[in-house]
Amino acid sequence: MNAKIDYTLHLADTTLILSQRNSEWCGHGPILEQDIAITNISLDLIGQARNFYQYAAKLIGNTDEDKIAYLRTEREFKNLLLAEQPNGDWGQTILRQYFFSQYQYLLYQQLQNSKDEQLAAIAAKAIKETSYHLRWSGEWVIRLGEGTDESHQRMLNAVNELWGYTGEMFIPATYESPVVKENTGVSVDSLKQPWLEKVKTIFEEATITVPEKVFMHSGGKEGKHTEHLGFILTELQYMQRAYPNSEW
Amino acid sequence: MPVQNFEKIFQEKIDNEIKIEPKDWMPDAYRKTNIRQISQHAHSEIVGMLPEGNWISRAPSLKRKAILLAKVQDEAGHGLYLYSACETLGISREETINDLHSGKAKYSSIFNYPTLTWADIGAIGWLVDGAAIMNQVMLTRTSYGPYARAMVRICKEESFHQRQGFESLLVLSKGTKEQREMCQDAINRWWWPALMMFGPKDSESTNSDQGMKWKIKRKSNDELRQNFIDMITEQVKVLGMTLPDDKLKWNEERKHYDFGEINWDEFWNVVKGNGPCNKQRLQARKDAWDKGTWVREAAAAHAEKRKSKSNQQAA
Ligand SMILES: [Fe+2]
Ligand SMILES: [Fe+2]
Ligand SMILES: [Fe+2]
Repeated sequence: MNAKIDYTLHLADTTLILSQRNSEWCGHGPILEQDIAITNISLDLIGQARNFYQYAAKLIGNTDEDKIAYLRTEREFKNLLLAEQPNGDWGQTILRQYFFSQYQYLLYQQLQNSKDEQLAAIAAKAIKETSYHLRWSGEWVIRLGEGTDESHQRMLNAVNELWGYTGEMFIPATYESPVVKENTGVSVDSLKQPWLEKVKTIFEEATITVPEKVFMHSGGKEGKHTEHLGFILTELQYMQRAYPNSEW
Repeated sequence: MPVQNFEKIFQEKIDNEIKIEPKDWMPDAYRKTNIRQISQHAHSEIVGMLPEGNWISRAPSLKRKAILLAKVQDEAGHGLYLYSACETLGISREETINDLHSGKAKYSSIFNYPTLTWADIGAIGWLVDGAAIMNQVMLTRTSYGPYARAMVRICKEESFHQRQGFESLLVLSKGTKEQREMCQDAINRWWWPALMMFGPKDSESTNSDQGMKWKIKRKSNDELRQNFIDMITEQVKVLGMTLPDDKLKWNEERKHYDFGEINWDEFWNVVKGNGPCNKQRLQARKDAWDKGTWVREAAAAHAEKRKSKSNQQAA
């Protein structure tokens, strides 16, 4: 039971933190249509996060989505390190989204067959959104990789910044083995090869080479984060911390 | 046909409530007035994303965060329709945006005020979107077709925003002492600027007469402002809050609320650039544009490459 709660929180935290990051673009995007698109992704992700939190709240009992999202600390958050990385330029945000959506699509494909009906239902609903995020971000990776010399260079920088945070997606956390065994969760190591194949195809079109032998950071899933998360939570949780026990 | 005849046909259409369409003949001044007004409206939608966007990362609950994100995104959509309506008059989006950045074009001054607390988000929805609706409902009947049609779509969403804003304040008004204070404080700060949104008094307004004759505008600034005051004065009672005007009083003879004097010095000061956030708002827009240059260039270059590739394949 505890493993399932942690697993659900991990799924919730990653989508919430990435939503929070993407929402920083709202009102500041490079093109009005794309400002709308990234905000839309942010909205989809917070919707998914809420579904997972509400389910986690039910499993935990005597709590709710906001208490879980707003009153836990840095060491309790289980999101992927990738999600908390700064937006950087538009290229970096695009690449972060692409890496994540490619992973999330593969994840949801399997999670929709979970023996846990609730997790299966959330994944089945969300995969439609994810396939849109994947198409949108993949197209942008190609557009920027192939676009101008400057955009190509910026994409290389983005790969440099972010590649080292992709490995963690495929390393199971302690709470993942039990849920995989019960067929409620997805075995993430099995997603690594298909993910890499897809990334190679997109990168080839974008004229970007896939890096090799890069050191991979991990720890986010177990609550050991980069320094960025503390500041994200400071903003995210400000109101609930300053005005405890209030309805909004 | 001599120009006088064109003008006569044009005015007849207007008098008979027939919409003017992009390809129709129109007086130069009519075109210019519409470009000025529609682009100013478009810029207001886009700049208006900033004060509310300021609270997205700090929204107090997941539900409120999702509502706020969706609202600010709606405003971006409004900007998009309006830039498109503007383009039908022969001015590109890029040109229009350049005019904003150079300071040649204006946007609604209300967005030069800061959002200091969470309650400001509710107050903006209720009062600012509320004031905008008074104006926009009138504009669904404006004489220029594309503008009128854009307004029909926009109005539906704006009234939704207003209800959401009010509902969010209603929750605060029933909350803790701190929440009620936050709510009253936000109303106090946004009330007068919201009244200024309707523009100068009719006796001081320069653009009104011609605008009325061409049915670009169909109600005067003072009429719209009075309607707004009458509506809000009733709604504020539901919140159990007050409006910061001790002269606000029902006038049985006029069947309207009387109200105190607006601080027009403040209004003109903000219009001239001296509001609390004028500099930051414009700078934020310019920064977004400048930081996006390489993205727009890359998208254009990529589209070009794709086109020449498919041409080669076709050949
Ligand atoms: Fe508006
Ligand atoms: Fe709007
Ligand atoms: Fe609105």
